[in-house]
Amino acid sequence: MEPVTVTICMGTACVVMDGSRLVLLEEHLPERLRGLVRIRGERCLDLCTRRSAALAPFVLVDGEPLANATFESIVLRIEERLAGRA
Amino acid sequence: MAYPAQTTRIRRELLVKTATAIRAGDLPGRVDRFPLEMRPRRETALRCCVHRERAVLRYRAMALLGFSVQDEEDELKPLADYAREALVRGSRDPRLLTVIEEACGGCVRTAYFVSNACRGCADQSCVAACPKQAIAVRGGQSAIDPDRCVNCGKCKDACAFNAILRIPIPCEEACPVQAIVRGPSGRRELRHDLCIACGKCMQACPFGAVAEQSEVVEVLGALAAGKPMTALFAPALAAQFQAPLERLVGALRRLGFTGVVEVAAGADLAALAERLELEEAPFLTSSCCPAYTGLVEARVPTLAPRVSATPTPLAYAAGLAHERFPGVPRVFISPCVAKRREALAGAVEHVLTFEELGAALVAWGIEVDACDPGPADVQATDRGRAFAMAGGVAAAVGAQAEVLCGLGAETLRRLRLYASGKGPARFLEVMACEGGCIAGPCTLADPKVARRRVPA
Repeated sequence: MEPVTVTICMGTACVVMDGSRLVLLEEHLPERLRGLVRIRGERCLDLCTRRSAALAPFVLVDGEPLANATFESIVLRIEERLAGRA
Repeated sequence: MAYPAQTTRIRRELLVKTATAIRAGDLPGRVDRFPLEMRPRRETALRCCVHRERAVLRYRAMALLGFSVQDEEDELKPLADYAREALVRGSRDPRLLTVIEEACGGCVRTAYFVSNACRGCADQSCVAACPKQAIAVRGGQSAIDPDRCVNCGKCKDACAFNAILRIPIPCEEACPVQAIVRGPSGRRELRHDLCIACGKCMQACPFGAVAEQSEVVEVLGALAAGKPMTALFAPALAAQFQAPLERLVGALRRLGFTGVVEVAAGADLAALAERLELEEAPFLTSSCCPAYTGLVEARVPTLAPRVSATPTPLAYAAGLAHERFPGVPRVFISPCVAKRREALAGAVEHVLTFEELGAALVAWGIEVDACDPGPADVQATDRGRAFAMAGGVAAAVGAQAEVLCGLGAETLRRLRLYASGKGPARFLEVMACEGGCIAGPCTLADPKVARRRVPA
């Protein structure tokens, strides 16, 4: 199966809103998702200026923006994507 | 970072709103609306209700404006009035931290609690174990009298059913100098005469009840007004953003700083001086972390004569900044609260924490990695830049060294060993924060991520 792509914004607003640790996502993936996720760090995705910096940190899961991202919410979204494909 | 995620986000959101209003020159006009905007009526509350959260936000804002929550005389005084006063005050409040009573959970009075797993056993071993007659069996279960309990824990050890729990009081446990204590209201109070400004209580409190008294109004206000200012940034700042150092320097200039000095350049000088000092002395311990030197004075004074007399990297950098830009106010960009104290003692004119700088960057719409790269006006070597992490000082001094992190019981045991002259190393580096300044209480990036960006 094609892996789910998670793009993590590493821009200034996302770091300021406590998103720096999201680049450690790999370590926080549950065993069942290993190998099913492709993780990329990106320069500012500009979602903070288009939406609101208060909604940072942002990630994209298969291109879909996720605001206020946490390890938990990212994992949930990945599972939804995988369920949608099955 | 040790901060609970929610209180960190709330604090930073408030910081960004404040910085945005300062930039727009309209802090008094906006600040009273912040609690309402951040907690609209329909929002689900983390605490009992939005009203309590708004009250906490109001006090958080008061601290951010530089005032002590404890000084409040009129609950109806608008934040706008505080904001106006902040704009004209001449000097800052010497107190660095304030307890937001509304936020404090008023943690348990005694650290021991008899749970309902207590069987009311015939042996009554807890009662027998208590040296203060603070525990008695009533209605078939043991109960602790908080007026008598001295928190020794003997009852817990005596219970055959593990029915007695130890409930920690996070701020008190984290404080290495017993400066945060239970006040008459049950909420915590800060003993400013004892506090060493390590910021551990602030990091530990799950209610986010300890807040910094900031000077964002002064510093960001001056930047917004286009007044000249020199930024002196701590080595750990370079590890916060996913961008090269030269772009970070560019970002500081875009924010309006007319001069940019790497405090790591001061660290280069401090390392040289400390190396020379060590040639003359049989043993030295590091002087750069003010929370550590504060701990030595408070808890292991016999070690104080062994603290290096070499000025801190900040003190050197302040001198360099003054030579390069005489008369221009200097702003130290700090990873921690303790350095605020050093600044107050006269090292520099102002302090902005990493968090506050980050909020300003967001408010000014500055993306660090998109800024024009350029060199700092006073540059450092990688040796000085490595002061950002524990071990950096020892490596630069180049002696047979031991490195300790944290201000807890383990560190104190080691310090007493060195004070007695029995320590194994010639140079002892101590950092108040686990991993060094990249883990400071006012940093932005997760230390696990930040450490990858510090020069080895």
